[in-house]
Amino acid sequence: MEISELTLLELSGLLNSKQITSVELLNYYLNRVKEYDEDVRAFLEIDAEGATEAAQEWDNKRANGEPVPPFAGIPMAVKGNMADTRMVTDAASQILAGFVSPYEATVLKRLREAGFILFGKLNLDEFAMGSSTENSSHFTTHNPWNLDYSPGGSSGGSTAAVAARMTPFALGSDTGGSIRQPASFCGVTGFKPSYGRVSRYGIISFASTLDQVGPITTSAQDAAIIMNIIGQHDPNDSTSYMPDTEAEYLQGIDAGVEGLRIGVPKEIVDHLAPDVAELFSLTLAKLEDLGCIVEEVELPRLELCIPTYYVVAPAEAAANLARYDGIKYGKRYESESLEELYLKTRTEYLGVEVQRRIMLGNLALSSKEVSGDYYMKAQKVRQVVRQDFEEVFKSYDLIVAPTSPTSPFKLGDKTEDAVSMYYSDLLTLPSSLYGGAAISIPAGFNGDGLPVGVQIMGAVFDDATVLRLAHAYQAITEHHTCIPKDFS
Amino acid sequence: MTVKTDYEVVIGLEVHVQLNTTTKIFCGCPTTFNSPANLNTCPVCAGFPGALPVFNKDVLTSAIKAGLALNCSIADTTIFARKNYFYPDLPKGYQISQSDDPICIGGHLDVEQDDGSYKRVRITRIHMEEDAGKSVHGGSTSIGVTDGSWSFMDYNRSSMPLLEIVSEPDMRSSEEARLFLQQLRTELIYTGVSDLNMEEGSLRCDANISIMPKGAKEFGTRAEVKNLNSFRNIQKAINYEVERQINIVENGGEIDQETRLYDADKGVTFTMRSKEEALDYRYFADPDLTPIAVPKDYVDAIRKNMPESARTKRDRFVNDYAINMDDANILVSEKHYADYFEALVELVESPKIAANWILSEILRLFKDSSGETVFDLGISPQQLGQVIELIGKGTISNNIGKQVLGLIISDGGTVSDVAEIVEKHNLAQVSDSSEVESVVQSVFDANPSEFERFKGGDKKLMGFFMGEVMKATKGRANPKVLSGVINTLANKK
Repeated sequence: MEISELTLLELSGLLNSKQITSVELLNYYLNRVKEYDEDVRAFLEIDAEGATEAAQEWDNKRANGEPVPPFAGIPMAVKGNMADTRMVTDAASQILAGFVSPYEATVLKRLREAGFILFGKLNLDEFAMGSSTENSSHFTTHNPWNLDYSPGGSSGGSTAAVAARMTPFALGSDTGGSIRQPASFCGVTGFKPSYGRVSRYGIISFASTLDQVGPITTSAQDAAIIMNIIGQHDPNDSTSYMPDTEAEYLQGIDAGVEGLRIGVPKEIVDHLAPDVAELFSLTLAKLEDLGCIVEEVELPRLELCIPTYYVVAPAEAAANLARYDGIKYGKRYESESLEELYLKTRTEYLGVEVQRRIMLGNLALSSKEVSGDYYMKAQKVRQVVRQDFEEVFKSYDLIVAPTSPTSPFKLGDKTEDAVSMYYSDLLTLPSSLYGGAAISIPAGFNGDGLPVGVQIMGAVFDDATVLRLAHAYQAITEHHTCIPKDFS
Repeated sequence: MTVKTDYEVVIGLEVHVQLNTTTKIFCGCPTTFNSPANLNTCPVCAGFPGALPVFNKDVLTSAIKAGLALNCSIADTTIFARKNYFYPDLPKGYQISQSDDPICIGGHLDVEQDDGSYKRVRITRIHMEEDAGKSVHGGSTSIGVTDGSWSFMDYNRSSMPLLEIVSEPDMRSSEEARLFLQQLRTELIYTGVSDLNMEEGSLRCDANISIMPKGAKEFGTRAEVKNLNSFRNIQKAINYEVERQINIVENGGEIDQETRLYDADKGVTFTMRSKEEALDYRYFADPDLTPIAVPKDYVDAIRKNMPESARTKRDRFVNDYAINMDDANILVSEKHYADYFEALVELVESPKIAANWILSEILRLFKDSSGETVFDLGISPQQLGQVIELIGKGTISNNIGKQVLGLIISDGGTVSDVAEIVEKHNLAQVSDSSEVESVVQSVFDANPSEFERFKGGDKKLMGFFMGEVMKATKGRANPKVLSGVINTLANKK
């Protein structure tokens, strides 16, 4: 069997039984990057030296018979908005060009301590704002299933890298669908944990009440393994959830799903492209095969999620991005006056979409006379949306919908039309706004051979049930194991 | 200046108090004063990408203490908000402050006026916030950069914990404003939450000032005056501002609602920001910090352990020790004075004498010293107690006692026992009349003509002879014994 087809548990088995060394495993992936990334362009930076050093250390420990954590020596790559201390953390923005963080994000520290080896940073839409990875200030990432197509976004570099098996798994971040939509476009598994499950410390903030880090993997089981490591309380993040006991995501993933009650929002039908609708109905049939009870549910205010999100997220982003002012780090446009310094630095080095959202956000936050209190109104609507979902979760264990209303679009297709791009988030925004867990898993391929994903949404902090259904579905399907033919 | 009788002055104050917690409000950096630039910083307080704030609970405790000392209600839930504006000393581009749900609301301070009456000033609210950093501009020699086109940022002060105390516009003169601030400071010092040092910037004050025709119901347009950095300047700045506003109104003009700065060197206020330039701070609840629940039993526990307030202490001094009101007011005006007094009063018989020694000698020595408190003088209450005891026993005179205090300081702690110092410097009072007699005799011998006049009845010369004898004994002769000896010896001859 080819290494690229192995799960994390299988890789761990190979390492622990010394059938392969960590250095060999790392080199295997570095070679794949060398071979494929010229076409895909998922990686922003590779730290072969640091990774090799770390791999060598684990190999030495294993050789000496010292105890090592179960996943010690497995390589990984993460989205370029997560702070490590060796590579550039620029969130694909010119304003942070060359910036190396003086500290490490909690999630990266946890994974490093668990033995994982960070070897690369992955492309994204600038500051995670976008749905196609075309807003990166560096270059555009291509969809491994068809290089003319977008990998989705904003974690498009992460999902493309996993789809092309250039890394065993990756981390992405999701604010309104930035893990799930590109996972759907790239035919991989992308998990957005419930808000508060994963520390945001060291992740470049986009919208603080929505941002969550999550694993992008080739299976729900791998996602659960990574969640057991990163999905724990962090005292450095005040919004981090603190359960009574250590959170557990993997245990019970095999328990089966018979009798689970699944709600399908009836409002989505009108929004689905035909190829997505067709594959989605096949998915629902599979869920019934598994013994789930699938029923239609009403979420009449679903569409309100779009305007709500596009007020709340830009407002928080406007404040979060104010620190990029050219004073302390990153790029500065040298100027004679302070005002000019601010103006030039931020107009020259922030991209168009980022500037658009900063302006939207500042307008929404402005005094009542100026804005009509947009931000407060959006927060109220968000509360209503949350109640709608809570109501559904009283009668249903999970909600299932396609991840994206459409299959992948071609690069360049939507870059001119911001609002139509915003609409592609329709189905991923709800769980971001109400704060629950959601996963996108591959549900098949359309007539053009492009992947289509299905999304499972759970109640707040019911991450385990979401993973359980995804795992059960993957146990009877093979879409998630498919590798684009040019990369297998 | 005297305000023209037909105008009434309306003043409200915004007071910033820097708390003395050991770490900053949202990170673990130390709050040490005067550290080398940017030493006390971390990714959080320097606003690095991805860094997140974590609230320091000690700040909450301090805010509640201050609120209780000023008779405020404490909120059940309090929320931090982002105040958005750009300035290089503000590393995140917003200040974490409070807007809609501050920690304390609705208190008051009864301010004692010079005539002994009280005037109530209401406290609108107290909120918690982080301080900004500091800009250091080139061209100053202190940073060794002479090129004036450069500015440098020091983020040591960034995220230092502050309370902002906002009063209602209840003060009607610059004098009232000064008294309010002074007594607010005293009350807060007793809570122990801050050093409240204006020179070091741990107490800062802005004033909202307006005028209106006497008896009017509606306040005039106010100007906010910032940068009032001493009690004296607060009064001067308000007086200047009132005069400026009266001049405008008298000449048919209108007051602009604006922010002004006080220039202490020139003694004037000038426009910093006009109304048109007023910033829209775009406040919203900080999404990085969850609302803070303040349990009632938490507040009750703080209330139970609140230290005695300055005013309660003063009244206790008056009632228990028979100290008069003015003296008691001085004794409690700084907590370390009161602490010193309370230590001393345990050791001596007369609280009144203890108070007098502190108010005259100890405070005089303290004002000439560089110490932060009277305890830094190097004269312990025990030592002062011994001095007072030796005077009471007649071992030394009052004047020698004062001299001994100086010697305790100059001995720098090498000799701690006061009796030993008296002995070492040979300062014990000479009460033995035969010893005094021989000195008096030699003074008579040295001044024959004065002696004759004294003998002839010029009693005014008594002072002259006493002075000469004191000079000869370096002040050690017991004055009561001395005058008797002079009379006896003169009459004998």
